[in-house]
Amino acid sequence: MTLIRIILKRLLSMSITLIGVAVIVFFIIRIVPGNPIAMMLPPGAGEEDIARLKALYGFDKTLPEQFLIWVRGILGGDFGTSITSRQPVMSLVLGRLPATLELSIMALVMAVMIGGALALIGTRQRGGKAEALIDVTNGVSLSVPDFLWGLLFILLFGVLWPVFHISGRVSPALDLPFVTNFYLFESLLRLRFDIWLDLVSHMFMPALALAIPLAAIIAQLLKQSLKETMHLDYVTLARTKGYSENHVILREALPNAILPTLTLVGVQFTFLIGGTVIIERLFSYEGLGNMAIDAVINRDLPLIQGIVILFAVIFTTVNLLVDLTYALLNPRLRHG
Amino acid sequence: MTVTDFSRRGLLKLSAATIALATTGLPALAAGIDDLVIANNVNLPSWNPTLGTSAVNPTIQGIYQSVFDMFIAQDTDLSQAPGILTDWGWNADQTKVEMTVREGVTWHDGSPLTAEDVVWSLERAADPEGGNPIQFIWSTIGNFEVSGNQITGDVLRFEPTIFKWMSFLTGYVLPKAYIEKNGQEGFEAAPIGSGPYMVEKYERNAFIRLKAYDGYWGQAPEFKTVTIKFVTDATARVAEVESGNAHVTLEMPSEEFDRLRAGSLVGVAQPISDIGMIFFNDIDVMKDPNVRRAAVKAVNKQAIVDRLLSGYGVAIDTLQTPDYTAFDASVTTPYDPEGAKELLAASGYSTDNPVRFTIQTTRGFKPKDYEVIQAIVGLWRKVGIEAEIEVYEIAKHYELRATDTLAPAAFYNWGNSIGDPTTSTGFAMFGPSPHSVWDGEDLVGMIAPLWGEADEAKRIEGWKAVDRKIADDALVLPLFQYVQPILHAPGIKVVPHASGALLPHLMTRS
Repeated sequence: MTLIRIILKRLLSMSITLIGVAVIVFFIIRIVPGNPIAMMLPPGAGEEDIARLKALYGFDKTLPEQFLIWVRGILGGDFGTSITSRQPVMSLVLGRLPATLELSIMALVMAVMIGGALALIGTRQRGGKAEALIDVTNGVSLSVPDFLWGLLFILLFGVLWPVFHISGRVSPALDLPFVTNFYLFESLLRLRFDIWLDLVSHMFMPALALAIPLAAIIAQLLKQSLKETMHLDYVTLARTKGYSENHVILREALPNAILPTLTLVGVQFTFLIGGTVIIERLFSYEGLGNMAIDAVINRDLPLIQGIVILFAVIFTTVNLLVDLTYALLNPRLRHG
Repeated sequence: MTVTDFSRRGLLKLSAATIALATTGLPALAAGIDDLVIANNVNLPSWNPTLGTSAVNPTIQGIYQSVFDMFIAQDTDLSQAPGILTDWGWNADQTKVEMTVREGVTWHDGSPLTAEDVVWSLERAADPEGGNPIQFIWSTIGNFEVSGNQITGDVLRFEPTIFKWMSFLTGYVLPKAYIEKNGQEGFEAAPIGSGPYMVEKYERNAFIRLKAYDGYWGQAPEFKTVTIKFVTDATARVAEVESGNAHVTLEMPSEEFDRLRAGSLVGVAQPISDIGMIFFNDIDVMKDPNVRRAAVKAVNKQAIVDRLLSGYGVAIDTLQTPDYTAFDASVTTPYDPEGAKELLAASGYSTDNPVRFTIQTTRGFKPKDYEVIQAIVGLWRKVGIEAEIEVYEIAKHYELRATDTLAPAAFYNWGNSIGDPTTSTGFAMFGPSPHSVWDGEDLVGMIAPLWGEADEAKRIEGWKAVDRKIADDALVLPLFQYVQPILHAPGIKVVPHASGALLPHLMTRS
């Protein structure tokens, strides 16, 4: 009963958040300098031409009128039409979402694997040179922004030792037999490992660039949790029973120590998706982030609105899922 | 097994798997170059070359021109050449336009391109409800009549540049029957044209695959397939060519261009029709002719080109480049810092009491744009001008310029790939134009009669006189003509186009 109340409460706050985001994004992007009509004016356009173009794209109406038209459209599932590509915003945004989700998930998996491994090694070798090295590595990983990692990888694995693709999501020469835009997932389902390898070869560098800072956070937090847990009585008891150090860490300490890390990973995942904007641009990866930058440069207002709303939906949904997971795992919250 | 052992072995396994994976997924390197790969600097947002922002974006016209034909073709030096129209002009009293359509041209679906297609494209472009941004030009002719491959039409308002526009923005011939059958959306999803290449595959924000059209009326392209990858980041673009993933790329920092062409790559650098300039808005201190003239005299353009652009630029003194029709080499504004000091002194300014104003600029929109302005501000400071730099986005520049609210000085790059003075000096300096911020009535009075001037020689001389007045009164500060750097793999010959369009059908094996 309490859980249902938590869900309803969170859904209500999620709705309010989304409405707030919609209002803010609509008015903010119309207040900031730069309008799409001025950008498409050819040399020599007169006042009549400007008025004609404004009417064509609906900018001749007042802001509240434009807002009502937009909201009415959203309620009917129509997010408007992109000014630059002249395609429905919804289909553009949903078409790119899978690419960004796949990249983010791959980065998350890499971050968990790298961060988890470093935390385990650091805990196993605590107080030794290995832990010191891991701490230094974590510090460096956190201080260097993801796009700089990206540039470094392009130089290392794209130019000096060209083993990965530098740009794009998939090789243009490949014919894709897919019905969804979840290429990585669908290529596995269809057992098309040639395409899968090509996709991974394109995603590896951007995903790793995104993963490194998150891996460092995971490594730090998990190592700290593990070290604290290793001093608890039940762990000491396990040791006295003669279990090996590896068993104690992996089977006894880890299940308890991992909870705060899991919560953090959920929250960080939303930041990871946000981080794809720059990385997708750097690697010309055809995801939402890359599209968002083009939309801002071109002042494609309907597209900017659509992307921001979608990002907001993703953030709030992930937060909701994290809260629910936490509630499920934590009996005190579950039972009020 | 210890955790350390496990990790070491695990890491080794992971590394081995990674290498195996990466090696299997390696891109095909440039062996033989059958499939030409171009790393392009901009995305193609839409396949419609006559509607919306894409239609007036000069940087993607090269892609359009690979698939669609313009009404009139354009040679690499900006001169017009027979294309879909083989003959064009006015009748004797200039009340009618007369055009001849090339025979034997076919669309990519094999159907014939006819005079009806040309008329339909012109009428569609002129439709006020059609959304063509250049409608105000296309609407100056109409009431077309077709007889075989001959088209005649009425001149509704005399526009001396109408035929030049037929090689410029939105001047494309589109397939009437195909668009009527498939609709606008169907056309954009699977576009066909009559150009040298057909669209084989298009992934928005990612790449285009083009296939040579066997039925093309002109010289058959040498490369049968071309992939144009959209790589907007300059570092990644250079890496694409350096690693052999792409064969041709353009627009990179001059230092990178010099470094790479000193190695295994080949470089081509030719002046294009884009210029760098500083708008003067006739507000505040810019109303003082001494300040404007001093601001022009104090700038050593050649030094800026040599030192900041590594020589990849051509200093200019008017808004006409040497390739433009109304270029007049006798109009000059020499570097004269002492003269600048004297002018400022006449208005009561000096290095101790400098004249102050704001200069706006983009940062990173064009190569070294901010650095150029920094250098100019430094040169100005030496003569008694203290300018504060304000960085803005290009979108803000357009809005401020359209509303005539630019700062007293504002850096911009102006493109004019037909080289006509109306589309450079005309639109940039004619007060009522939304692209001009100089409102002086004397200049408006000089320019106004030139818009409809039917005598071409008189028209060009008129524009030269306008440019001379602009230079004498220092109403704008022209800086330099850009040089476009193109890097490519050995074994390819790239023919640059003065418009800046990178055209794959002009590329051959060397």
